[in-house]
Amino acid sequence: MSQSRAVEIHGVRKSFMRRERGPDTPWWRRDLREKVALHQLDLAVERGGVTGILGPNGSGKSTLIRILATLLTPDAGNARVFGWDVVTEAREVRRHVNRVSVEASFFKELSPWENMVYAARLYGGGEAGTRARVSSILERLGLSLDTLDQPMKQLSRGQQQKVAIARSFLTAPSLLLMDEPTTGLDPRSKKEVQAMLEMLRAEREVTVLLCTHDMDEAAAMCDRVLMMDGGRVLADGTPAGLCARHEASTLEDVFMQLTGKTFEAEEEEEEVEEVAR
Amino acid sequence: MSIGARRGELNALFGFAERSMHSVRRYWVWEVVWLFYSMVSVLSIGFLASGLGTLGAGGGSFDLRRAQLYLLIGSLLWGYLSLVFMEAAYAISWERWEGTIEYTFMAPIRRVTHLMGICLFAIGYGLARTFVVLLAAIAIFDLDFSHANVAGALAILAASTLPLIGLAIFTSVLPMVSPQKGEQMSFAVQGFLLLVSGVYYPLTVLPLPLQAFGYASPLTYALQGMRQSLLNGASVTDELPNVVVLLGMGVAMIPAGVWVFSWAERRAKRLGLLKRSG
Repeated sequence: MSQSRAVEIHGVRKSFMRRERGPDTPWWRRDLREKVALHQLDLAVERGGVTGILGPNGSGKSTLIRILATLLTPDAGNARVFGWDVVTEAREVRRHVNRVSVEASFFKELSPWENMVYAARLYGGGEAGTRARVSSILERLGLSLDTLDQPMKQLSRGQQQKVAIARSFLTAPSLLLMDEPTTGLDPRSKKEVQAMLEMLRAEREVTVLLCTHDMDEAAAMCDRVLMMDGGRVLADGTPAGLCARHEASTLEDVFMQLTGKTFEAEEEEEEVEEVAR
Repeated sequence: MSIGARRGELNALFGFAERSMHSVRRYWVWEVVWLFYSMVSVLSIGFLASGLGTLGAGGGSFDLRRAQLYLLIGSLLWGYLSLVFMEAAYAISWERWEGTIEYTFMAPIRRVTHLMGICLFAIGYGLARTFVVLLAAIAIFDLDFSHANVAGALAILAASTLPLIGLAIFTSVLPMVSPQKGEQMSFAVQGFLLLVSGVYYPLTVLPLPLQAFGYASPLTYALQGMRQSLLNGASVTDELPNVVVLLGMGVAMIPAGVWVFSWAERRAKRLGLLKRSG
């Protein structure tokens, strides 16, 4: 791996075209409208440490994570992970990155173990030694090993999310992209995930980008916090530094000062049809 | 590519096949149902052929046993070929439905490994299921393979694997282009291939424009070659023209299919279509 920064982004812009029906348009007509998810973003993240990305739904957090995970192509600008371009050197990037998304995506008919072996094989591993590693990770995450051979669909949302986190740890990524990983987990499970992440960081150098709605989690875990809204970075600094700069007692108060709104007031994430331009 | 990288790709190739095998093993009861359906489809064609005599088709030089074998070969081979390329489309639809396709696309492997892994399972699964149905057909219809040249038939089967993989990759592009309707679109492709590939009749009965499509379909040559070997005893040497056509089609179709799939992947990443709900 080169000695470059973990993440380096220059002028990255991403928009989506959506078909929407305006209030005065007839029922049969839907017009194409552009929705900008990221506006000319510049960002550098050094190796190691946890960088929190805070923002309401639709602020561009997931788009940023998807671009770094090579799942979205930026419209303009360039993004590099450990010096490799996410578009032209995507396979190199993929060797060092894994992601936990808010939706635990698995083959639901298969068991956690079968899903894990599949994930391990995609990253050059196999059955040998994987079961012991999976068991160790899941135990540390507080998941009963009885669940290892049950179909995923029989597991609760929280249990599935823990398996998703275990899957991301299994491949030993150098950059871990965590997109609201603790959403839907109970407080105890959240603490177990946070403890696991701390343990992982203590074991080896890993850079974490953590998207979250949970301000307490961000304050507790992040060395640096970016606040995003409407596809732009509004603030960047340490949790304590941001609070001090804005004379606020919590990160939520900082966000309110910057945007005039609270996270809770934001609407549910829009799931609008995105179509070809 | 280094030895380590090659081993990694082979490991992933097996991983794709293995995950489908896990699904088959877990839901074996459904597999019995699908097998029953395959058997019913082939047997109904066999019984249709048995009934041709009572419909007045038995006179003159008409050979009822040969007609029955002709139709059953078509039905069996079509069952295998269509199952392979539908299985490939299903595998991509399954990944899209579960949302796991994002994780597959994030993995540091070549796309050709992903697609070949899917096809590897589809071919093994298709052969196993067709073999069971063949045994049932032999038992029920007392089929006469005394004129058959098994080596010629196996040569055709092996050669048809290449274009079949190409066709399967092309079919798997459909769920990439349209997550909701892609798999259904592959049924339309399947139906069209059934019409033009001479599964139950010679191409000469088709109108000329459809015949042109038939000659462009690799399934036509697979069926033609298989019938020549099983009905007329054509040897491997006799089958060389069909084998060459099939291999040539495969050599062209596999890279073309991978290229089209890669285009669909790039398009999905540009438009943000990989996300299950968006």
